[in-house]
Amino acid sequence: MRRMKLGMAAVAVLLAGSLTACGEAGDDDNEGVDVDVKEDAAEDFDEGTRMRELAEEGKVTIGVKFDQPGLGFKGATDDAPSGFDVEMGKILAADLGIDPENIEWKETISDNREPFLEAGEVDLVLATYSITPERRAVVGQAGPYYVTGQQLLVRADSDIDSLDDIRGTEVCSVTGSTSLENIKAEGATPRGFDTYSECVSQVLDGAVDAMTTDGAILLGYAAEQPDDLKVVVEPFSEERYGVGYSLDHPEMCEWINETIEESFENGQWEEAFNLTLGEAGVETPEQPELDPCPAS
Amino acid sequence: MEAVFSNFGEYLDAFGVTLALFAVSGLASMVLGLVLATMRVGPVSVLRGAAGLYVTVFRNTPLLVIFIFMAVAAPKLGYTFRFVEDVEIAGWNVSAYFTRACIALTLYTSAFVCEGIRSGVNSVQLGQAEAARAVGMTFLQSMRHVILPQAGRAVIPPLASVQIALAKNTSVAAVFGMAEATATMRAFNNNYADQRVQIFLLFALGYIVIVEIISFGSHMLERRAKVA
Repeated sequence: MRRMKLGMAAVAVLLAGSLTACGEAGDDDNEGVDVDVKEDAAEDFDEGTRMRELAEEGKVTIGVKFDQPGLGFKGATDDAPSGFDVEMGKILAADLGIDPENIEWKETISDNREPFLEAGEVDLVLATYSITPERRAVVGQAGPYYVTGQQLLVRADSDIDSLDDIRGTEVCSVTGSTSLENIKAEGATPRGFDTYSECVSQVLDGAVDAMTTDGAILLGYAAEQPDDLKVVVEPFSEERYGVGYSLDHPEMCEWINETIEESFENGQWEEAFNLTLGEAGVETPEQPELDPCPAS
Repeated sequence: MEAVFSNFGEYLDAFGVTLALFAVSGLASMVLGLVLATMRVGPVSVLRGAAGLYVTVFRNTPLLVIFIFMAVAAPKLGYTFRFVEDVEIAGWNVSAYFTRACIALTLYTSAFVCEGIRSGVNSVQLGQAEAARAVGMTFLQSMRHVILPQAGRAVIPPLASVQIALAKNTSVAAVFGMAEATATMRAFNNNYADQRVQIFLLFALGYIVIVEIISFGSHMLERRAKVA
């Protein structure tokens, strides 16, 4: 018995490593949105703009998350990431005349999104990048292309069903995230982990009472284990995902907004959503209103 | 700058958690390490082997893996340590997360403490142990009255290094549910993207102060223990 427990512990440790690899929503072999890659795109842009440079180079580097099912996710064996953020990246690149194969996807975590943009390591960031005034002081953020809100993921047998129940409980999320700050303000003890998948396993094992982050991500996990997990509480924050760009190239803002607007009109935005978050059971939201670009 | 100064309470709380993790696991690892070292240099071969095995296992395992084991694998086996939350001493109680973090840090650090003490014991000439033996002391008596007091001098520098490493290793707990200094730094960075460098420097300063205090303490001990 003892020996078996130890054996199981060893297996659990191994599993913990591979867990990060599973837990995806919609990374089946779908090819994503059919983007129509523009030809001779470079001529559409004025000389000297960053868009023209990228179009002429024929490649672009985009920073996305690699650990958020449905938004930006790349499994250990995947060649390219998948998710709504990724599809939006493809739509933007297509407008520059760049094939999805010529996009270099770089993993950006919450901590390095601004440094990567400032140093020019990436040209664009689409990484569940909530628009905030503090971030806009150092980088540009166009959009939003998606608006979501924070919710709670609990075990199916949990009693928590309103925000008041959360006071005095332990709630996990990713270390340093805005969600964790918000839940602390609600009176819960924040428990930070490195990835969302570790957090889900804490909820399943009963080590914490709930997990919190943007509803879209939680629904992806709940859809995978509908018997064990459920999403509760109406969204209690508003996160507006924007496209990050460097302030060295302020001209990119208008172009990003125009391209997003175009994708709203020609149905690509909705298609991208349905192929990714939509598969996890998230209803297609209304198209958000874009912020005007700062006057340059 | 103002990101930290306008939230200075949070900054201090964060380092408070760091210090609490350090103090609890530091003490526990010294005790466990001393026991292990005594076993390792002792005459009972079973204990010697057991302590040797412990050191081999825990010194050779990355701290992160021990943390994953305590925080992710143990709850899977049903050990969430939530029972400690019901224990209340003088109005204080500790969380299961704090307990598991301290256990992980203690398991890891005590292997190094054990080896540090063993190096000190080995620095005492064999003749000392033989002399103690000759006057009829038992093994534990000779350890207590003859070997350890002399070894004590030699172990201060290596043990100070081990404890300094521990103070910084507490940062691993940041991604295992503890809102200590490193976790709070990440939260500040997330909220105040325009002040990253200052935030980083101020948190680094906090660690430097802690480590300086430990090394100052060790210098004082060294001077006190010096043979005139």
